[in-house]
Amino acid sequence: MSARAGSPPARAELVGTGARAVLRLSGEWRLAGAPPAAEVVVARLARAQVSELAFDTTGLGGWDSSLPSLLLAVRAHCRAHDIELAPAGLPEGVGALLTLAEAVPLQSAPPIDARPRVRPLARLGRRVIDASRASGALFAFVGEVVLALGRLARGRARFRRAEFWLIVQQVGAEALPIVSLVSFLVGLILGYIGDQQLARFGARIYVADLVGLAVVMQIGALVTAIVLAGRTGAAFAAQLGSMQANEEIDALRTLGIDPVEFLVLPRLLALIAMTPLLALYADLMGILGGAFAAAVVGGINPTEYAVQTVQAVGWNHFVQGLISAGVYGAVVAVSGCLRGMQSGRDAAAVGATTTSAVVTAILHIVIAAAVLTVLFDAVGL
Amino acid sequence: MSARAQIRLEGLSVGYGGRAVQRDLDLEIRRGDIFVIMGGSGCGKSTLMRAMTGLLAPLAGRILFDGESFWEVLPAARARRIRRHGVMYQGGALWSSMTLEENVALPLQQYTDLGPRQVRELVDYKLALVGLGGCGALYPAEISGGMRKRAGVARAMALDPEVLFFDEPSAGLDPLSARLLDELIVELKHSLGTTMVVVTHDLASIFAIADEAVFLDVERGTMLTTGDPRWLRDHAADARVRAFLRRGVA
Repeated sequence: MSARAGSPPARAELVGTGARAVLRLSGEWRLAGAPPAAEVVVARLARAQVSELAFDTTGLGGWDSSLPSLLLAVRAHCRAHDIELAPAGLPEGVGALLTLAEAVPLQSAPPIDARPRVRPLARLGRRVIDASRASGALFAFVGEVVLALGRLARGRARFRRAEFWLIVQQVGAEALPIVSLVSFLVGLILGYIGDQQLARFGARIYVADLVGLAVVMQIGALVTAIVLAGRTGAAFAAQLGSMQANEEIDALRTLGIDPVEFLVLPRLLALIAMTPLLALYADLMGILGGAFAAAVVGGINPTEYAVQTVQAVGWNHFVQGLISAGVYGAVVAVSGCLRGMQSGRDAAAVGATTTSAVVTAILHIVIAAAVLTVLFDAVGL
Repeated sequence: MSARAQIRLEGLSVGYGGRAVQRDLDLEIRRGDIFVIMGGSGCGKSTLMRAMTGLLAPLAGRILFDGESFWEVLPAARARRIRRHGVMYQGGALWSSMTLEENVALPLQQYTDLGPRQVRELVDYKLALVGLGGCGALYPAEISGGMRKRAGVARAMALDPEVLFFDEPSAGLDPLSARLLDELIVELKHSLGTTMVVVTHDLASIFAIADEAVFLDVERGTMLTTGDPRWLRDHAADARVRAFLRRGVA
C-alpha cells in the first residue's frame, strides 16, 4: 500500500535521555514511504543509554509491516541491554504481531558468513570424490541397462510396445525438420570453405570429396547426435525427472516393475534404431548443402559434383558413419535416462537434470567419436 | 508374533545417508486392521512407509510380513512379496502418459495371464469400486486431485493385495473429498478384509478410520506409543501424544 499523497512522512524521535526516554512515532508508516531504518533508531537508543523506554504514538497515522519490524528490533535491543519497555503507548494490534513474531525462537542454523570456509585443496578433494561417485553411478546404470538388454534378448523384459513406437515417432520422424536444416547448413558451410581453399590450387571439384567424406564418415552422425542430445536427451531427462518428482517411478518399483526395463529400454532401443536412419538422412542433406555451395560459389555442375561424390565415398565410410550414429544414439539415451532417474523431487532439480543430461550426452559423444575414430583406423575401415 | 499379526517391526531404524530419522521401532499390525502411522511433519512417517514398501532399505532391524523378513531375502523374493502389496501415493502417482484404464490395467497385464477382455472387465470393476466408473478413458491431467487419489487406490487394488499402504490420503483434499476417501478406505477394509497401513497427520481421518495407531515423535526420533487413537487422545501417558490428538489443546 503506498503512502497517501500529502500525508506526513514517518518519523521516529527519541525524546529525553538518562533513566527514561520516549520513542515518539509519528506520520504515515508505510513501506513505500521510506520509513526510518531500524538500525538508525537502535543506534540512537544505544547512544542515549536509557534504562526505561516508553512509546508515544499520538501523532501516528496509518502503518504497515514497517512499524512492527522496527519495534521488533527495538525490543530485541532493549532485551539484550536490560532496558525496561513500557509498551502501553503502542497501537492496538502491534503488540499481538510482536508476540507472534517472537513466539518461535530463532533457528540455530549458522549464518552463511559464519559457516566454515572450505580450503581449495579440500574442495578439489571433494570434487574428485563426487566425480568418482558420479562415474560409479554411471557404470552401475550402464550395468543395469545391459542386464535389462540381456532379459530383453531372452524375451523376459517387460515394457509397453505402444510406448516404444510412440518414442520412435517422437525421436525419428518429428526430428526430421531440425536435422534437415542443421545438416544442410553444415554441408553448405563445409562446401563454401572447401571451395574457397581448393580454388587456390585449381582443384575446386575436390570439394565434393571433402564434403562427402567428412559428412558421411563423421559429421552427419555427429550433427544428428548433438541435435538429438538437445532435443531428445533433454526430453527423456525431463520426462523421467518429472516422473521421479511425481512418485511415478516409485509406483513402478512398488509394483515390482523394473523402471530400467519399463522406461529406459524403449527409449534406448528407439534411439539406437532411429539415430543411424537420421544420420543417413543427415548425410544426404549435408551433401546437398555442399553441392549447393559448390554450384553457387564455385560454379560446379551438380551432376559433376554427384559423380565426384560417388567416386570418393565408399561403403566403408557409410558403415563408419552408421556404427558411430548407433553408438551416439545409445549415449544420448543413456545420458538422458540416467540423469532423469537421478533427478531430485522438485521443479528446480528437474531443470538441472535436463541441463546435466545435455552436457553429459555431448561430452560422451565427443569421447565416443574419438575412440571410434581410433578403432575404425585400427580395424582398417 | 501374535496369531492375528500380519506385519511386525523389530528394532527398526529408518533414515537417509546413515542418519536415522526414526529408530527402535517395535510394533505389530493385525490382519484386517486399519493401522495409522501418525506424527508431526518431518517425523519420518513417509520414510517408514518407504521402508515397508521396499523403496528404502532400513538402517537396522527387521520388517516381517507373515513372519518372513522383508529385507533379508533375495531381491526376486522381495519383488514377489511386493506384488502382494498395493501403494497409494500422496498425489496418486498415476503414470501420466497413460489413461486411468491403462494405469489400472498395467499390473494385471504384467503379472497375470488374463486376456484383454478380462483385464478390461476387472479394470471397469476396480474403477467402479472407487467411484470412477466411466472415467477410464481420461488421462490423470484431466481429473481432479480427489479423483487422482481414487484412481491411485484402484491401481493399488488391481492385484487384490493383502496389504494396502496409503501415503497422506487426505492431503490437499477439500473436507468433503477427504471424508469420501476415508469412507472408501473403511468400506474397502470391511468388504475386502485388506490390511491397511495409512500415513497421515490429519486428525479427522485418524479418528474416522484407525483401528490402531502409532505416534512417531520428531524430537526423540522414535515411537512414543501405540493404541486406539480415541483412547490415546484421552489416556495416553505422554502429554505430546494427547496434545497432538487434541490439536495442541491440553
